[in-house]
Amino acid sequence: MARSLYEAIIDGVLGGGVYALMAVGLTLIFGVLDIINIAQGILVVLAAYLSYVLSVHLHIDLFLGLLVTVPAMFLVGVTIQVLFMRPLRGRERVSMSLLASYAVAIILEGVLYAVFGPGTVQLNAWYVTKGVQVLGGPQPYYLPYIYLFGFGLAVLLVGVIYVVLYRTQFGRSVRATMQDQTAARLIGIDVGRVAAVTFGIGVAVTAVGGMVFGSLNAFNANSGYDLISRLLAIIILGGLGSIGGALAAAVFMITVESVVDIWSPSWSVVVFYAALILVLTVKPTGLFGKREARAQ
Amino acid sequence: MSRLLRWGRPALIVAVLAFGAVFPLVYTNALTTTYAIDTLIFVGGVVAWNMFSGYSGYISLGHAVFFGAGAYTVGLLALHHKVLGSTAFWLLPLGGIAGAVIAVPFGLIALRARRHTFVVITIAVFFIFQLMAFNLAFTYGNGGVSTPFASWDPATYNNPYYYAALVIAVGAIALSWLIRGSRFGLQLLAIRDDEDRARGLGVRAMRVKLAAFVLSAFVTGVVGGLWVLFIGQALPETAFNPAYDLSVALMGFLGGFGTLWGPVLGALILEPLQQEITQRYTSGYAGEIVLGGLFLLVILFLPRGLLPTGQEWVTKLGAWRDRRGRPRRDSGTAAPGPAVAGAGAGAAAGAAERPGAGGAR
Repeated sequence: MARSLYEAIIDGVLGGGVYALMAVGLTLIFGVLDIINIAQGILVVLAAYLSYVLSVHLHIDLFLGLLVTVPAMFLVGVTIQVLFMRPLRGRERVSMSLLASYAVAIILEGVLYAVFGPGTVQLNAWYVTKGVQVLGGPQPYYLPYIYLFGFGLAVLLVGVIYVVLYRTQFGRSVRATMQDQTAARLIGIDVGRVAAVTFGIGVAVTAVGGMVFGSLNAFNANSGYDLISRLLAIIILGGLGSIGGALAAAVFMITVESVVDIWSPSWSVVVFYAALILVLTVKPTGLFGKREARAQ
Repeated sequence: MSRLLRWGRPALIVAVLAFGAVFPLVYTNALTTTYAIDTLIFVGGVVAWNMFSGYSGYISLGHAVFFGAGAYTVGLLALHHKVLGSTAFWLLPLGGIAGAVIAVPFGLIALRARRHTFVVITIAVFFIFQLMAFNLAFTYGNGGVSTPFASWDPATYNNPYYYAALVIAVGAIALSWLIRGSRFGLQLLAIRDDEDRARGLGVRAMRVKLAAFVLSAFVTGVVGGLWVLFIGQALPETAFNPAYDLSVALMGFLGGFGTLWGPVLGALILEPLQQEITQRYTSGYAGEIVLGGLFLLVILFLPRGLLPTGQEWVTKLGAWRDRRGRPRRDSGTAAPGPAVAGAGAGAAAGAAERPGAGGAR
């Protein structure tokens, strides 16, 4: 057996924390804008490539590089919202926004493919290669520091998002918009600004997610599909729009996948989706989801 | 003008059919007929998608599951039983049945959810099937399935495929037309407009949605079967292709989501374009960028699709001419097809809000 159960669980929980951060961004965007941002996966890859360029060509440390990539991804998010999501109106707005973000995703994929080619790259730094010994005994297990750092940063950022949402004036506007857009507009909230900034925040977290993802996996422009399908499964399982649900579902799903991976690497991903479908047959709104309102 | 409207549509259909029938005899170039076959395959695929997604409003991004299931079923049967030549076309209904059989549990799970959740479940199911095609033993993993080559004359090698694709495309359109005119179709459109109200009025929503889903899956499976016979090889990433889902949705939205002819128009415009781009720039990403860019343009500037927007312009033009006081010869007689034609701008605005209910057919 290549890995022990303990290792799989530790990997799963820590990796799940990073997925949780990316999923929180996605579910936040959904909650406020009623949009599922299919481009989230490829945006993670874009962020990973940004980190790659910064670290390889400019020799900036990955974590230091976040000072550049987080604002950059925030701007990317705001741009996407203003250019492609805001103009959508009318009856089919929901499906249109989904398809528009899908279109953004394949354009980005094409551009990344054209710029970086089909070969895979991986981010590198001392904390990616070095690790801390977790288990002693005959099979010592080294946990790369990046797992710990990435997990710590993810927890920190989810905490920041939580504080912003529940302790600030802006957060109150966001939650008001989530509950009832028309009423929020009536009490003087600039709903358009809230939407743009929320989309920006939801995308900005991909900067961190992309950096950690790119350190743990070799990636190329194609990796976006893998990411987005997992993220979608996570936020649906957690219940759309529920931040706590996204956190729980991310850690649960990635741990399950990591544990199944011990026995069969090729089937672990299938188990991941099968778990989703199993939950949905019992509870169509996901684990923590509220009953869906009347269509439109 | 009214006579033109009454006879124009059937005459146009007959003319297009006749053109379709003689097309490979006139344009014998193999590349041209290959484009034509691909286009007809997509006409069938997008019409099949539209008869579920367009009419019910449930956008499926998982129809590649049925396409791939049909392709693998037909491909594996042809491979194991050494079915050659035109006999292989008799396998196509089995491809359709494979799609339909998968659609039953798929639909029972997915159709309980609405809107976003439905779309995401279709994507998740799609990925499960692609992974299964990669991992299962009988699908031969990465290598995929290759069908035996038919020993036809190279000069007219494409023709049998062309006519099979034409028959399937016409059959799909006919089925879509039948559905749209039927009680069943009206129930679907009612679900699209307001599912809860439709249920309140006695529409058995789940049953109706599932029936449409299965029918749509059957046609998609047949289309996938023909595709594998023509291409000669099904790989997990080409038979279960996310780009298929996206292309079909794009064609549907470009032509006119939920209309009868819009999706056909969308496929006829987009598929040759895509083929040409792929042919010209051998790398795949140029096609991706163009596809995505076009998609955004359509969504932003033609959100209701070419056909409904065109009809709206015609109506507006008519209203403008009415205001100018110019007598219109056909103002009295009601045009049978688009109910909004001849009515004022108000009706056009009403149709704009409820595209599924009124005019565009």
